[in-house]
Amino acid sequence: MATILFERVSKRYPNGREALTQVSFSIASGEMVFLTGRSGAGKSTVLKLVALLERPTRGTVTVNGKSTGSLKARHIPAFRRQLGVVFQDHKLLADRPVFDNVALPLIVAGAPLKEVDKRVRAALDQVGLLGKERMLPAELSVGEQQRVGIARAVVSKPPLIIADEPTGNLDPDLSLEVMSLFRRFSDVGVTVLIATHDQHIVRDLAKREIVLASGEVQDEDTDVLPHVVATR
Amino acid sequence: MRLSVFGTRHLQALLGSFGRLARHPLATILTLLVIGLALALPAALGLFVINAQQATGGFTNAVDMSVYLKSGVPVAKAQQLAAAARQRPGVARVTVIPADQGLRQFRRYSGFGAALDALKSNPLPNVLHVVPRASASSPADLEALRSYFAAWPEVDVVQLDTEWVLRFNAILAVIRRLVLIAAVLLGAGVLAVVGNTIRLEILNRRAEIEVTKLVGGSNAFVRRPFLYTGLLYGVGGAVLAWGILETAVLVLDPTVTTLAQLYGSRYALQGPPQQVLAALFGGGMALGWLGAWISARRHLRSIEPRA
Repeated sequence: MATILFERVSKRYPNGREALTQVSFSIASGEMVFLTGRSGAGKSTVLKLVALLERPTRGTVTVNGKSTGSLKARHIPAFRRQLGVVFQDHKLLADRPVFDNVALPLIVAGAPLKEVDKRVRAALDQVGLLGKERMLPAELSVGEQQRVGIARAVVSKPPLIIADEPTGNLDPDLSLEVMSLFRRFSDVGVTVLIATHDQHIVRDLAKREIVLASGEVQDEDTDVLPHVVATR
Repeated sequence: MRLSVFGTRHLQALLGSFGRLARHPLATILTLLVIGLALALPAALGLFVINAQQATGGFTNAVDMSVYLKSGVPVAKAQQLAAAARQRPGVARVTVIPADQGLRQFRRYSGFGAALDALKSNPLPNVLHVVPRASASSPADLEALRSYFAAWPEVDVVQLDTEWVLRFNAILAVIRRLVLIAAVLLGAGVLAVVGNTIRLEILNRRAEIEVTKLVGGSNAFVRRPFLYTGLLYGVGGAVLAWGILETAVLVLDPTVTTLAQLYGSRYALQGPPQQVLAALFGGGMALGWLGAWISARRHLRSIEPRA
């Protein structure tokens, strides 16, 4: 079953700019996919549509079996708990220690405190930051901050993780480290969609790639995985 | 959701709000002071009404009249009239104050002792002091009773001691209405102060709200700490208002005691009774919560996560 399904999706912003035109693709459960293309090609818009930060102007976006176009506002929080989001600027709360930042998705979901404690430690362990729970984000390196953002995205064990340029601020070594983290999640069955312009990374990891250009799917590297749905 | 989890979340929100208020003590105290003063003013007026009623409680409810007999009417006749008056259904008590007893009392309280000694005879008449039943104290009943006494040939003047009581009660009614107006206006002020403070806090915590919504925080979850902040402002303001009232009572008490002594009373000023405190805390909490709710509803909606 597809975790993410775009069917002839177009997105026009209120200012008139058409960010996506008739985009169709499908990402299967457990798949790891790179979304590439120049700046302004529509990568961010695709991620916004998946995270329900925007709704499609035309076409349907289906995520975790739910069509985002008709989802009522009061169901959006539950929808968002089914996916983890990682940002280029990691969007950590500067005045909260690492533990609180990572715990946030569990707290909003109403997890019991004991479980919060256990799961936050597990998530920090996965990203190699166990022991830094009490530190503030500013006390960490850029790479560590990004890993806190990843821990926050995976702490509630969502079936889908999306990342917008997660290595945008990192040097090549750190980038590879972060990407291999994503690959490990993918290995245990989590669906991963990463928007990036880092061609080295995409080549090194040899995963499926969806290339966007001017709001359209230009190319899908279909050699890697055979079950790709045709574009347009 | 289990009840313990539910309780834990609310406790977290409450403690979080408390912590944030404690981290900015000066701003918090200034806000509390404004709320406290706004709550204290109507509460002080209410307290004034309650004290005025209690201080005069002995006679505001029981009106009485003095029936002055013509001079020369003997005490025996006065006793006879009193006995007849006691038979009337609206009459609770009739006391005969003979002329010589009246003179003794006048001598004692007036300070005109020496001047009275110069008089050859007692100028005072015999007097009947009539207390009507509480059930027969309406103006119409009192007027009927007055004409009953006035119709007797032995009676010179019937003096109804009700006018000042009616006036006094009317003044209290005006003040009570003022309490209401002040409570409504200042309550609206508290709403505005809390609402604006919460608005600023929402804007300050915009990034946090966006991230919380992004990871699946519901509107209720995002709103909760702000509602608790409003509630805490209300409680804190009420505590301050209580302190203001108690301090005002403390400062006023000696002068009121002196004033009461001049009227031959031992009245001591009462602090805010339970009903005033309940109104203070109930009103403070309700206004704080409502102000926060209105503000949160208005301003949280506009904050949606952006990628």
